[in-house]
Amino acid sequence: MAEAEKRAVAQKGAQDSFVFLPLIAGWLVPGAGHFLLRKWGRGALLAISIVCMFALGLAMRGRLYANAHDILEILGLLGDLGSGLLYIAGRVMGLGSESLQTTVADWGTRFIVVAGLLNIIAAVDAHNIRTGRKS
Amino acid sequence: MFTPSHFTAVLLFSLFASTVFGITQRETPPRMFRYGLYCFVLFVGSAIVLSWVMFLIAR
Repeated sequence: MAEAEKRAVAQKGAQDSFVFLPLIAGWLVPGAGHFLLRKWGRGALLAISIVCMFALGLAMRGRLYANAHDILEILGLLGDLGSGLLYIAGRVMGLGSESLQTTVADWGTRFIVVAGLLNIIAAVDAHNIRTGRKS
Repeated sequence: MFTPSHFTAVLLFSLFASTVFGITQRETPPRMFRYGLYCFVLFVGSAIVLSWVMFLIAR
């Protein structure tokens, strides 16, 4: 079978699958939504950027939000949840549980929140590619 | 513990955020690269300008 035909069959198979699969996969694992759509380069760059940002945030002793006592904590928690399985793995391993009052730790907390928000943008982008709104 | 300087933190933040913005907000690879570079320059440039403004206000 020619290479073009193989690609067409693979693309048809991807298009027949559940329409929200890239969105959910991209949310759970950074870059996975693009990998499912065979956008290997884009997926790899997104995964590297988001995972590095999350890991650097933890390395700076940033905090993973766990409670929802006030509006700022709720917003921080929503941002953290955007990282999907990274957030769950961090919580399970007990990372980011201590609250340090240092400037670098505060930057780390922001890095973690922004990594989650960027992951949501990446997952929505995968969904847009899946639905044909973007090439 | 990783303790970057303020400027290193700005560079790292800008690099990763610009990469995601470039890939997700444009359609073709050349336009993605140009938009990512544009975002990076704006992130870093605005941090430098605001730093000088705050320095001058504090004097």
